[in-house]
Amino acid sequence: MNTRPYALARRTIGSFDKLGEINWGLVLLLVLIACAGFAMLYSDANAHLWPWAGPQIIRFFAGLVILVSVALVDTRFWLRAAYPAYAISLVLLALVLVIGHKGLGAERWIALGPVEIQPSEMMKIALILALARFLNGLSVEDVSKPHNLAIALVMIGLPALLVAKQPNLGTTLILVADGASLLFLAGLSWWWIGPVLGAVVVAVPTAWRFVLHDYQKQRVMTFLNPESDALGAGWNITQAKIAIGSGGLTGKGFLEGTQSRLNFLPEKQTDFIFTTFAEEFGFAGSIALLILFAVVIGYGVQIAMSARSQFARLIAIGITLNFFFYIMINALMVMGLIPVVGIPMPLVSYGGTAMLTVMFGFGLLMSCHVHRQVEIARHSAGII
Amino acid sequence: MPTFDRKDKSRYATFTRRSLMMTGGMTAVFAVLGGRLFQLQIEDGADYMTQAEANRVSQRLVAPSRGRILDRFGVELANNRRNYRVLLVAEQASDGVEAALDRLAKIIELPDRQREKVLHDLQENKKFLPVPVAENLSWEEFARINLQLPYLPGVQPDVGETRAYPYSAGLAHVLGYVAAVSPNDKKDADDPLLDLPGFRIGKRGIEKEYDEDVRGAAGVSRVEVNAYGRVIRELSRTPGEPGKDVWLTIDQQLQQFVDQRLGNESTACVVMDVATGDVLAMSSTPGFDPNLFNVGISNDDWKVLTTDDHKPLIDKVLAGVYPPGSTFKPTVALAAVQAGLDKDFSVNCTGSLRFGNHDFHCWKKGGHGHVDLHRGIQVSCDVFFYETARRIGIDAIEDAAHKIGFGHATGIEIPGERSGVIPGRAWKLKTYGVPWLQGETLNTGIGQGYVLVTPIQLCTVAARIASGRAVTPRITRVVGEAWQTRLAAGPLPIKDDAFAIVRAGMNAVTNEPGGTAFAWRIPDPGFEMAGKTGTAQVRVISKEEHINGVKKNESLPWKLRDHALFIAFAPVDQPRYALSIIMEHGAVTAHPHVQMARDILLFAQQRDPVKLPTAYPVKAASAAGVGRA
Repeated sequence: MNTRPYALARRTIGSFDKLGEINWGLVLLLVLIACAGFAMLYSDANAHLWPWAGPQIIRFFAGLVILVSVALVDTRFWLRAAYPAYAISLVLLALVLVIGHKGLGAERWIALGPVEIQPSEMMKIALILALARFLNGLSVEDVSKPHNLAIALVMIGLPALLVAKQPNLGTTLILVADGASLLFLAGLSWWWIGPVLGAVVVAVPTAWRFVLHDYQKQRVMTFLNPESDALGAGWNITQAKIAIGSGGLTGKGFLEGTQSRLNFLPEKQTDFIFTTFAEEFGFAGSIALLILFAVVIGYGVQIAMSARSQFARLIAIGITLNFFFYIMINALMVMGLIPVVGIPMPLVSYGGTAMLTVMFGFGLLMSCHVHRQVEIARHSAGII
Repeated sequence: MPTFDRKDKSRYATFTRRSLMMTGGMTAVFAVLGGRLFQLQIEDGADYMTQAEANRVSQRLVAPSRGRILDRFGVELANNRRNYRVLLVAEQASDGVEAALDRLAKIIELPDRQREKVLHDLQENKKFLPVPVAENLSWEEFARINLQLPYLPGVQPDVGETRAYPYSAGLAHVLGYVAAVSPNDKKDADDPLLDLPGFRIGKRGIEKEYDEDVRGAAGVSRVEVNAYGRVIRELSRTPGEPGKDVWLTIDQQLQQFVDQRLGNESTACVVMDVATGDVLAMSSTPGFDPNLFNVGISNDDWKVLTTDDHKPLIDKVLAGVYPPGSTFKPTVALAAVQAGLDKDFSVNCTGSLRFGNHDFHCWKKGGHGHVDLHRGIQVSCDVFFYETARRIGIDAIEDAAHKIGFGHATGIEIPGERSGVIPGRAWKLKTYGVPWLQGETLNTGIGQGYVLVTPIQLCTVAARIASGRAVTPRITRVVGEAWQTRLAAGPLPIKDDAFAIVRAGMNAVTNEPGGTAFAWRIPDPGFEMAGKTGTAQVRVISKEEHINGVKKNESLPWKLRDHALFIAFAPVDQPRYALSIIMEHGAVTAHPHVQMARDILLFAQQRDPVKLPTAYPVKAASAAGVGRA
């Protein structure tokens, strides 16, 4: 047993060398995806940089700086920072419920001096960090022990509940999915997984009856039959499907999408931005964008599997899955396959906090890549 | 260097295995997304394309230009003028409609009452629908708003068309007016134009009678709209069909003279071509401004119109029914000759006639002495006509009255005409359930009792007496390009010598000393008129009053004074113009209504519109160019 808390494969690597270690191909993919977003924001504003495309470009470059900076920081720093980051995020989440700002019917924002932040976004990263740190200390057998599982579930459950209270169904789903995925990848026994899946089947009708808000139920109902109320609550889904479908094979052409430019699309610059893309670039363009996403995810999985420490593996896969869940929920939603939940398309949708969070996440992923040779012992759990 | 124990290796293997499982899951999800895209964009793409197109394109009706109304020489009596207006779209007023209205009020006048109405309309309508804030702005106001437009979010300047009546009050009853479509108007109609917001239809007069002709047919504009229904641009336009012009027989110059001459008295007057029945002037005073109804009449204006005891809203020419009084005597005279009464038949008037146990008084207390038919008309002797009526009986009078044109609507092309009353045995039995009394025949003989006539009937009768032909009044010459041709009027079934006697009598009224209107004759040679005065009682005269002397009209309050009537034609020898006039409560010694008639007939003859060449309608498309840019 190694008694030293940390071990390094290459102690001497400097920041300049680390720059060379960054996977610039992955960064290029992110730039391409973001450019698709800029184009759509430009189109949605009727061929104007203002109000969306311009700020988004600036934020993306800020995000790139963050990505590179985070990538250069050793994974062991992130190990130490994991619990404090989680604790701070949890406190801020609790504060949101007390002093938060309303936005679109939910309290999500908190003012920190001149800056408005969205603690639920921070928590997505913090939860992955904290769970990765916790699971890093556990062997496959340990994960399935009731007291360890209980701790992990509390770590997931607390923020999930606080976010659900805001209410923010989309982020709650993402947090639970992220956490569950990490537990699964850490080796949670099938003996636990089976019964939980069973319990979910029972819980869904219960949640429908007692937990979900009216607006959430409304979303589900209109999803199941959008045409029944085509001018009311079903409007979003109906119009989104018309936009995507009318794109055809090759699309109507850049800046030629009638659905978005004539404002038939709701939230066209945020959650429903993919519909504009599908309308203007058609099946060919949409598939190309999905392939870009898939390649990014592939890179993420590959980075996770090639990292030497369990912490880095879990961070990398956690960030990758988080990215995937966003894409999956958003795409399924705008294509009318699941109810409308407020989840943006990462890197493409307009939004400052989400953009910075995603880029920070990719920074962590890249840090795991740059520091893939760094080893972190299983029993370093107690030390901060 | 850390060492890896067995447990580390085990969890690494587990991680790799489960990562691959999740990768498989993610791949499956991407496959689903791709499949869904294929389904939406390739399989159902055409359907969704159609739906997107239906979203984008909206068909809007385009209101056609309303046809004009013109006088016989092409003077525009009703046309369309540009309506500069300002609309407000609540959705686009970024800092609220109140602020938007405040800013507008600094540029144009915006009374509080109007402001309240706008706020109410904004609340009633969908947020994207433009609501009119102010209409009929001057060009200057409109230009100022356009200049300030960048600072007026939600404000939309708009140029529409609105009906305009350049000669406001005089022709109000002839032309009628247009107003907003009421639910009642839509009941049996299927014209989509009626649903167009702000559309106006004819509510009275010519505007109502020929509404479907002047209305035109809707055009269709295909426009691209956004999700809020706002028009982004026009894709194509099918022009509608502009309404047809209506050419009237009216001579605007004569009409204007009549209107000015009548002033604000409560009067009705008609001037007609005796040969054709063409109405040259037709006036009911006081009139009203038909432009008021177009934009929506204010409460104050409405109150003034409805409470005025001169009743400006009633078309006295067609809907006013009056006892004809002595203007009925020529008709009785015609009936007498027609019934074969001896031409030399005469009566000695002593001031009253005893019939049964009732005294029938002559208007002249001392009586007229020896009176024959000619003199009977000239001095309007009541006793003569009592006796005449008694002799020929009610049936003969009733028959002649119907033949000459009383008792039924003349059929002029303006809605709302009343038919008046010519009493008879059958009529009385039907109306009151009791038989006719002989005494009533006497009253009918001097145009009192049940007899009721309209000024348009009186003028028609004057024209028929003058021409001896069955002329009927008409007021439209051409609708669109269709001439409203009619057969020339045939002779009336009344003996020619009957007409000759009556014309001579009416000539004596004005042109022979002793005639009731001799003082107000036309002295100009060649322009002389023949006429017949009349007075219609509006109150019951008691027995004592007959004994002590009937009160002079001048001493009575206006409301109780008698109505004054006059019918005339000119020139006497070869009549061309017929006239009727009635002045409500106007029976005073000075005979102002006869003076009016004299001046009007003189003007008509000197101008002689019947002899002037009339205007011909040019192709409607080029003729009705007003506001049709």
